[in-house]
Amino acid sequence: YNTEETGKAKPLFDKILIANRGEIACRVMKTAKKLGIKTVAVYSEVDRNALHVKMADEAYYVGPAPSADSYLRMDKIIQIAKQSGAQAIHPGYGFLSENAKFATALEEAGITFIGPPVTAITSMASKSESKDIMIAAGVPCVPGYHGSNQDPQHLLEQAKRIQFPVLIKAVLGGGGKGMRIVHKESEFLEALESAKRESLKSFSDDNVLVEKYIQKPRHIEVQVFGDTMGDVVSLWERDCSVQRRHQKIIEEAPAPGISEEIRKDLCDKAVAAAKAVGYVGAGTVEFIFDDDTKVFYFMEMNTRLQVEHPVTEMITGQDLVEWQLHVAAGNPLPLTQNEIPLIGHAFEARIYAENPRNNFMPDVGKLVHLSTPEASSIVRLEEGFKEGSSIEVFYDPLIAKLVVKGSDRTEALRVLRKALEEYQVVGLSTNIEFLRTLAGHPAFIDAEVETGFIPKHYNELFPPLPKPTPSVLAQSALYLVLRDLEKDRQLSSSTTSPWSSLAFRRFGGDVHKRIITLKASPKDVYHVHVTSSSGRYHVQVHSQSGEVLGSFENLDASLQGPKTLHTEIEGRKLQTTVVSQLDHHGSPSIASAEEKLHIFAGDSQRYALTIPSPSWLLSLGEDAKKAMKGGGMRAPMPSVVVDVKVANGDMVKKGQAIVVLESMKTETVLRAEQDGKVVVVACKKGDMVEEGTELAIIEPLETIKD
Amino acid sequence: LQTLRTLPVNVCRGSRHVHTLPPLQTLVSTSSPEFVERANAMNGLVSELKKDLAAIREGGGPKAQARMKSKGKLLPRERLAQLLDPASPFLELSPLAAHNVYRDADVPGAGIITGIGRVAGRECMIVVNDATVKGGSYYPLTASEETHPSSRNRKGEQAPVHIPSGGAALPHQAEVFPDAQHFGRIFYNMAQLSSQGIPQISVVHGISVAGGAYTSAMADENVIVRNQGRIFLAGPPLVKAATGEEVGEEELGGGDMHSSVSGVTDHLARDDAHAIAIARGIVGDLGAAAGGRIALPAAEDAEPPLYSSSELGGIVGTDVRQPFDMREVIARIVDGSKFREFKKEYGTTVVTGFASIHGHPVGVIGNNGILFSPSALKAAHFIELCSQRRIPLLFLVNVTGYMVGSKAERGGIAKDGAKMVRAVACANVPKFTVVVGGSFGAGNYGMCGRAYSPRFMWLWPNAKISVMGGSQLSQVMSSVSKDPAQHATLEKEIEEQASARYGSARLWDDGIIMPEDTRDVVGLGLALAARETAGTSQTHSSGWDGSSFGVFRM
Repeated sequence: YNTEETGKAKPLFDKILIANRGEIACRVMKTAKKLGIKTVAVYSEVDRNALHVKMADEAYYVGPAPSADSYLRMDKIIQIAKQSGAQAIHPGYGFLSENAKFATALEEAGITFIGPPVTAITSMASKSESKDIMIAAGVPCVPGYHGSNQDPQHLLEQAKRIQFPVLIKAVLGGGGKGMRIVHKESEFLEALESAKRESLKSFSDDNVLVEKYIQKPRHIEVQVFGDTMGDVVSLWERDCSVQRRHQKIIEEAPAPGISEEIRKDLCDKAVAAAKAVGYVGAGTVEFIFDDDTKVFYFMEMNTRLQVEHPVTEMITGQDLVEWQLHVAAGNPLPLTQNEIPLIGHAFEARIYAENPRNNFMPDVGKLVHLSTPEASSIVRLEEGFKEGSSIEVFYDPLIAKLVVKGSDRTEALRVLRKALEEYQVVGLSTNIEFLRTLAGHPAFIDAEVETGFIPKHYNELFPPLPKPTPSVLAQSALYLVLRDLEKDRQLSSSTTSPWSSLAFRRFGGDVHKRIITLKASPKDVYHVHVTSSSGRYHVQVHSQSGEVLGSFENLDASLQGPKTLHTEIEGRKLQTTVVSQLDHHGSPSIASAEEKLHIFAGDSQRYALTIPSPSWLLSLGEDAKKAMKGGGMRAPMPSVVVDVKVANGDMVKKGQAIVVLESMKTETVLRAEQDGKVVVVACKKGDMVEEGTELAIIEPLETIKD
Repeated sequence: LQTLRTLPVNVCRGSRHVHTLPPLQTLVSTSSPEFVERANAMNGLVSELKKDLAAIREGGGPKAQARMKSKGKLLPRERLAQLLDPASPFLELSPLAAHNVYRDADVPGAGIITGIGRVAGRECMIVVNDATVKGGSYYPLTASEETHPSSRNRKGEQAPVHIPSGGAALPHQAEVFPDAQHFGRIFYNMAQLSSQGIPQISVVHGISVAGGAYTSAMADENVIVRNQGRIFLAGPPLVKAATGEEVGEEELGGGDMHSSVSGVTDHLARDDAHAIAIARGIVGDLGAAAGGRIALPAAEDAEPPLYSSSELGGIVGTDVRQPFDMREVIARIVDGSKFREFKKEYGTTVVTGFASIHGHPVGVIGNNGILFSPSALKAAHFIELCSQRRIPLLFLVNVTGYMVGSKAERGGIAKDGAKMVRAVACANVPKFTVVVGGSFGAGNYGMCGRAYSPRFMWLWPNAKISVMGGSQLSQVMSSVSKDPAQHATLEKEIEEQASARYGSARLWDDGIIMPEDTRDVVGLGLALAARETAGTSQTHSSGWDGSSFGVFRM
């Protein structure tokens, strides 16, 4: 930032408060540190030891874990800002970042809100107002007819106005029911009739709406920035088309396949829109882009710094948080539109705690093991959590962002794939494997991005899990043998004894052989035979039916630390990361938790192998499970009780909702398994419950009659 | 041609030699014809031996092994391998026993595998019966092979683990039964060793009949496999011949029966692998027995309980008449909520088992109801074990007393109760008492009341201590007193005297503690006690001390 040129730069703040958590709080603090600005963090009950708390110069407790009691508590946050002497508040994204009330309250308290003016937030928060403003600024919205006139002829007229192809959609529709795509005028009435019929059958209502049908929609957005002098610039566009559950997962800049004219058009329209609302600070104008016609329509404007802002930073070489701080301090924009570079190509992959193979359902848990690619000028990591931290049910399951750049898209993708290969997380499900497959998918490489990308390429994106190779199985078994050797040595009081050093040796008639059973899936079981002589290992991998799949003689193997196995197999030096995890998920009780090995093998493929619990342990676990049952309703996962639908003494029917839980923004309704009477309600709204916590007891009707 | 191998003169660090000691030099030429010839001759013998050992290793052969596997059982050597620590060496003894000895039968290894290996970090003498060999019955040399190692134990101080089965091979009874080194010597040795503080552990995988029955019954702690292991002095055919009674094997001596009714066994396993896992747990909890050491815990040993101690109040409540499961209390006090229960199925109104608190091993005895004869016997047996292993005892008291009534009296409740009281009184280990509920009548003695010299005795605020509970007291009073007003006053008085505050004010205890502090308070006490153990390792005199009997199976 050049102060000499302008000669009127106002000083930046001395201290700011970051009203957020996770990676974005850390990211804002990094820039603040760079600029010599002191930082104040706030934390909830579960975030006491969080990374953002450690990074901050000061940290204050703000309330219990649920967001409503902590990160959304405006009064407390303002009070902390005053107490700590913070002059401004950076809201990050989410939480209070687009809350006009908060911005207003800050204004009243004399604290600067690092974000747009209240008026801009309000205008953009209103769908209808924002659309009007956009139309006035010459940015069209997706054409459609949402009116109540359901006369077929009228609807046909509307369709003609919108221009074919159009989409007929049931107003109450969902799951594709009552939905028809109509390509030609001649097909319209027949399609309408069938859509209405289906809608009536499915939803007892035959009202439909008509919209422009976009065959290959893309999500393209433009980063804009305004200052208090009324200048607005764009920092080019981003493509965020590939989404799951209507949420972004991978973003890139610039958008591939966009001509200079279209880029200019997009950016000009976005700047015009921002100017129309007197926008100040960082904002994003989102468009839906028809890849076939190259026509784009306005969707909405986000009045905050977006999750994916780093891709823009990568191609422009700018620090957008620094920009925000300058603008908030009342300084002009650091660069004029002509000075903003666009160099190379950047990707951001969002590392989420979720299970892509289970409809991307979020997961919670501890980051038992975390190893990330090394940061460099082309690989950037935005992390909010370190190894040992937990991803909590209360907040967004975003673990980290991996941002890469290259001189072109192909290079950037190559860097991304390598970085994803080096990214290791154990403890909860993540989308890392999925992202890697996605980044290597030919259609993605060919930039055929669209919002329907995942369903369109589903089968290739979810190939069957690879079977572990004999070498991987041998390495896993060696890891266990070596680890137990270490354990044995610790158990014994005399480690210097030959009883310790002569490990595995047999004298007399006995021979040493250890058979380790490893399970890749319930039907994919292997038995690995390990013997040892003079410090070398012999490993034979058998299938369940006894067929020898691989045989390795005279292996040299050692553990370098608790997670690293060094071996030489088939003339190749291997360093394998093996992480052991006790898996409580899906086991009948804590007593019979299975051990799982996560293997990050030399071929950069990741495997998870389960060591089956002995049958006696499972049998004990089953007993414990039976003993626990007894009409009690238990939480299936760590969650928050959002609603208790019954009171003590209520009679309930089978299937009736009893307790509603929320975990990671996903609700689960627990229902009565049979008719009965509620005899105990052991939870209340707002309670945080652990997996297995008893929530209510329903006495079955039959027992009551007795 | 002569190869001279000279080794460098080396003064190793940590070497015990104070002066420089040059190693011996070899003058052997390994390529000389004499050398080669002699080596070849030796190799011939070695490979012959290997061949024999390989055959012996197969026990009764593939057919017998397949039969055993088909019943879901582990083979003897598989049991051995699972029992040993994964990396342990195994020093097998006398593998050639009975090799080519009996003309009528081939009895590989004399039907047993014996040797020394490490279990849970301790060197143990291990004896495994091989049921694939002649149904596991005892041949003359079996007895000899088994008595050899058990005699050796006397000096070796390893804890033997027996995996017995079978009985005497009847055709050979004369060579098995009568003499000093015959069958009987096994049990003599077991008793002698136990009395010397060397634990005897037994796992019953199969049929343990007649003499075999005693290898388990004489053990200090034993395990039986459910629906598989059987112990009886005589099997059904002999019973029928002797008494005319017709009874099935399982009913006569199955695991369920022995673990819950007779108390002949202490642990009921689901299968072979479970039984071995339990045996490993037992060895892990041998404490200072057989020369073992109880190491002072490192800070990281103290794994906190899985469940919150703040829940103790809600579990126990303040009404002494409301029952609760003491395991719920134990789960909130001991490290990692891990409790290796002893005799879980027997005498269920008392809960006994091994655990750690702040890393210090402790034997826990808690009440789950009225003390019956089996409960008292179980507690007495458990106290003996802790005493032998020098493991401190923690009494979690919530006891209304010993069972009364004609059935209980005829069953000898007084004498069985007395065994428990005697064990508590004589156990020469630190004792800690926490009264978490009531402590009434003779139950107070059996559960280490103040008169039994616990190092510390703490009360929870709800604790009640008196000669009997309020309601019984009232009934007794009305039968002996004729003045209702007077006995109402007395009842009230006694109720008050029973309260925790009343007793604590008179120093009958070491204070009332918050329930949630129990783990920490006991942990501090155990740490104090642990400081003493280092210097006081019990030595048994070899003379006529006339007192030590080892562990009685009660």
